[in-house]
Parts: sequence; C-alpha cells; structure tokens
Amino acid sequence: MNKTMSLEISLEALIAGDRAEFARLVDAYSAPIYRLGLRMLGTPQDAEDVLQNTFLNVLTHLSTFEGRSSLSTWLYRIAANEALMLIRKRKPEVNLEPVDAEENAEDLLPTQFADWSALPEDELLSGEGKKILDQAIQTLPESMRIVFLLRDVEGLSIKETADALNLTETNVKTRLLRARMFLREQLSTYYGERATREE
Amino acid sequence: MNRHDHENCEQLLGSLSEYIDGELTPELCEEIEKHLAGCDDCRVVLNTTKRTIDLVHAPIEKPDLPEDVRERLFKRLKLDDYLDQKS
Repeated sequence: MNKTMSLEISLEALIAGDRAEFARLVDAYSAPIYRLGLRMLGTPQDAEDVLQNTFLNVLTHLSTFEGRSSLSTWLYRIAANEALMLIRKRKPEVNLEPVDAEENAEDLLPTQFADWSALPEDELLSGEGKKILDQAIQTLPESMRIVFLLRDVEGLSIKETADALNLTETNVKTRLLRARMFLREQLSTYYGERATREE
Repeated sequence: MNRHDHENCEQLLGSLSEYIDGELTPELCEEIEKHLAGCDDCRVVLNTTKRTIDLVHAPIEKPDLPEDVRERLFKRLKLDDYLDQKS
C-alpha cells in the first residue's frame, strides 16, 4: 500500500487551515515518518516523539512554506531534523557530520565474494533473513543510515534526499554507496554460507 | 579468497550505486559492462548489491502505523474529529 503516491494533497487548503485536509496529510505521511523514526532511534517511544514533533512543526511552519521543494520533501526534512536532534540528545557521542569521500576509502572494498543472489526469495525473506537485514540496517552509522532510509527504503530520489538532508547530491551518493556496500557485506556473510552449502 | 583490489575494480565500485540506479551515461555503462564480462568478483558484488536493495524494497519491510500511535498523534494535533475518516 502506498498512500503517499495516490493521494493528492491541496497545499492551498492546508495553508487556509483546512483541518480535514491536514488530517489527510497526517494519514498519508505518518507511516513512513514513524518508520524513519523507528529505524533511526530504535525504540517505538522515540519514533512516536519524532512523529508527533514533526507534525507539530508542520502546523507551526505551514504558513511559511514557500514551495521551493515538494511538500513531501519538506515533510521528510522536518522529520529527519527531528530524528537527528533526538539522536544528538540520546547519543551525544555520535558523529553526524558529512563523510569525506576520500576518508577511509578502503572501507568500500568488498571482502565477501560468495554469490547468494540466486537464492530463492522465500529463503532470503525468511524470518531469520529479515532479522539479519534489520540488524544490519541498525548497525549502519547514523549519517549513512538516514540517507539509505530516505533513498532506498522510502524511495526518494537522490535530489530529494539531498534537499531533505541539506546535503550535496555528491555527498548523498557517497553515503548511499557506502551504506549499500556495508549491507551487502553483512548479508554476504550470512547468506554466503547457505549459497555455498546449496552448490 | 583473494583481496579484491584491482585498479579497474575500484573504479567500478565507485560507480556501482549509480550504475544500479541507471544514472550513468551509456558510454560509462558500456565500459563497466566490458569490465564485468571479465571479472567474476565484480559480477558477484554487483548481483549481491542489487539483491540487497531488492530485499529492502520487499513489502514485508514496510509495516503500517500502529492504530494506538495514530490515535495519540491525532489527539496531540487536535484532530480527534477526523480519527474515523481514514483515507
């Protein structure tokens, strides 16, 4: 189900204070924003705080929304800021600064070369497989995880992700590549053994 | 397994995401495909990276909002009157 894509929200009605339209906006975007909060913070309570604070902020700032980005990108920007602010509060030691493209370039080099890509879908999405994927996403550094979640989980474009996070497109691409390579390594460690066994 | 550190492989890895997303020029794609045809390790990295992204996109990964969370959100936003009007 993808309500956000099928729903036309009227910006004019929102700015005019139409409560029914605001309720439709909340219903359209609360699930992806809650998911983002859950995967960034790790607890339902923090995810709910991100969700509520996002829409409270939307209510406060709606009248000043200039439409330079789409409404959805603007919402994700507010949600991402709320999530990052809460991370700073919960884990002040976490570094959220942009990743230097040249720094730790060897992190990108793969070490796992088992080809598990032909394993059947039901095996890959088994309960345990899903858990491994979830755990791997949770171990991504926060600055990469938020890019990965917006781009690969919620389906924003590179430009929308860059706008939502106030990053350059190059920086989004760098973080996305690192995130994807990191997850591939983690999954390869797990599925590689199975693929070898089935050969 | 040997370490995967050939110079061409590193170049390919740097463009892997953009290649998967179809954002490279046809010339660059052709160059990458030529390299892939002769490099087993890079083919595996490409296939398993694509598969990783496919798995993330699987619907099972996108649970809906819990009903009690929605209710508390609507109350906080003073939208109680619209709780039953889920679109």
